[in-house]
Amino acid sequence: MSDLKEIACRIRQDIIEMLEKAKSGHPGGSLSAADILAVLYFRIMNIDPANPGWPERDRFVLSKGHAAPVLYAALAEKGYFPREELQHLRQTGHFLQGHPDMKKVPGVDMSTGSLGQGISAAVGMALAGKIDQKTYKVYCLVGDGEMNEGLVWEAAMAAAHYKLDNLIGILDFNGLQIDGETEKVMNSSPLSDKWGAFGWNVLEVDGHDISALTDTLEAAKQVQGKPTMIIAKTIKGKGVSFMENQAGWHGNAPSPEQAEAALAELRGEN
Amino acid sequence: MAEMFDLIKAEKIATRDAYGKTLVQLGGENKDIVVLDADLSKSTKTADFAKVFPKRFINIGIAEQNLMGVSAGLAAAGKIPFASTFAIFATGRAFEQIRNSIAYPKLNVKIAATHAGISVGEDGASHQAVEDVALMRSVPNMTVLVPADAEETSQVIKAAAAYQGPVYIRLGRLALPVLFDSSSYQFEIGKANVLKDGKDAVIIANGLMVAEALKAVNELSGQGCDVAVVNCASVKPLDKQTIIQIAQQTGAVVTAEEHSIIGGLGSAVAEVLSENCPVPLCRVGVNDVFGESGRPDELLVKYHLTAKDIVEAVRRVIAKK
Repeated sequence: MSDLKEIACRIRQDIIEMLEKAKSGHPGGSLSAADILAVLYFRIMNIDPANPGWPERDRFVLSKGHAAPVLYAALAEKGYFPREELQHLRQTGHFLQGHPDMKKVPGVDMSTGSLGQGISAAVGMALAGKIDQKTYKVYCLVGDGEMNEGLVWEAAMAAAHYKLDNLIGILDFNGLQIDGETEKVMNSSPLSDKWGAFGWNVLEVDGHDISALTDTLEAAKQVQGKPTMIIAKTIKGKGVSFMENQAGWHGNAPSPEQAEAALAELRGEN
Repeated sequence: MAEMFDLIKAEKIATRDAYGKTLVQLGGENKDIVVLDADLSKSTKTADFAKVFPKRFINIGIAEQNLMGVSAGLAAAGKIPFASTFAIFATGRAFEQIRNSIAYPKLNVKIAATHAGISVGEDGASHQAVEDVALMRSVPNMTVLVPADAEETSQVIKAAAAYQGPVYIRLGRLALPVLFDSSSYQFEIGKANVLKDGKDAVIIANGLMVAEALKAVNELSGQGCDVAVVNCASVKPLDKQTIIQIAQQTGAVVTAEEHSIIGGLGSAVAEVLSENCPVPLCRVGVNDVFGESGRPDELLVKYHLTAKDIVEAVRRVIAKK
């Protein structure tokens, strides 16, 4: 597991560097999902960076599209495109858009950014897999703030109705959204009960425990007859102490000095 | 010549019925075609497809946003989804799903929306989309098609299936005269069809207003007025060349559509004319109001969407030359 921890740490450093250079973007919800993406891209998913359009591949949909930096860092680490591109996040004329664009970025399976829409598209991808009797899985990362969107629940209903056991959702349960604590802005709890009542198999896990994440995702792959939602308890801003659990770091880029401090902490230098 | 369209004797078929039949035909030819509906399959006629190809029919329930999102996902995985519901719910309620999940990534989704316009009738304004073309026309990557009869609908559906990218197809509830013959009529995306040539004015119409335009031309020709008729089913891309050429030739243009005069065919033609060959223009359409309940034929009269209204518009526009 130490290799995955190292990968997650490198992803976090890339996130900080990208956002500092871009001078805008979303660090909190990117850092909270770094361990999840490390496990998905380097342990769980059946993918080939040399052939991003491979029809048999597992799919990943970042429904919380504002966490694009964590996806880009994972894709670059996996070899979908040169790492140098990370320096050009959000810049005119470069392909790494503020929110994922499947037409521009190799490895991005769905364009997202408007909340609730990614999981809806993931349901469509899973349905296509069922119609064609393919064995691929569709993984979809949703945010807890995103649970406010009605479309999430339309998609949840349809996934259970069509028994999409090839669809595995991961809920980045970091407890914060732009305006503050999710419980205070718009309380969507109890999430486990809600997803269960919608007909999903629900698993809960520490979203920063690489070993537990791996085991939980492997267990989800074995489930038959219903989709699975993995509620991953996470810390927004995880890994950078001054960003952790701070809603203010949802959508603000670090200054050069803050980035340096964050990188030093992530490298274990302080 | 307009006489070739024998409107009185013509068989009447709703464009939605032609859609349902064509889908079944296409379904047999292409296994990638899947059809989605939002609990309106009997009204949109996708139930025809569902009967023959139950495994490729997906009822999403009364959830239009998810209808579009799921269609996007199916297209991303290589399918050719036809997503159907009423025009107001497709383009209004699910506008942003269409914009962000379908049009932005240029996914191969065909939105075939029925019950467009006030000819929906008794259900009233809540169900009568008069803004759908305006909404869809404004979205980059979107193709917008408005067929005039059953034959053109069949050709439009086949062209949409063959085209790679998002398409909005506007269909109606009301039975309409069959105008075109499969052996002599050919629809092509981006092409307008000149149905009748003329020198005094041109009527550019689509949807159910094409039949009304042909009736109007017959009446006008009896009064010594030689008016051309263009069927403009392809609102986007628009056949600018044909429109400019016939506008220059006639010097007076009337547009006719069962849609708001804001943002639809009339606006599209006005944009082309004002930038290329300004000539007098008169738009026949729904005049920035909501519809109401009533019999379709009565509503078309009340909202000034008949041959008589087109005749008056032609006289007005010729007087401005």
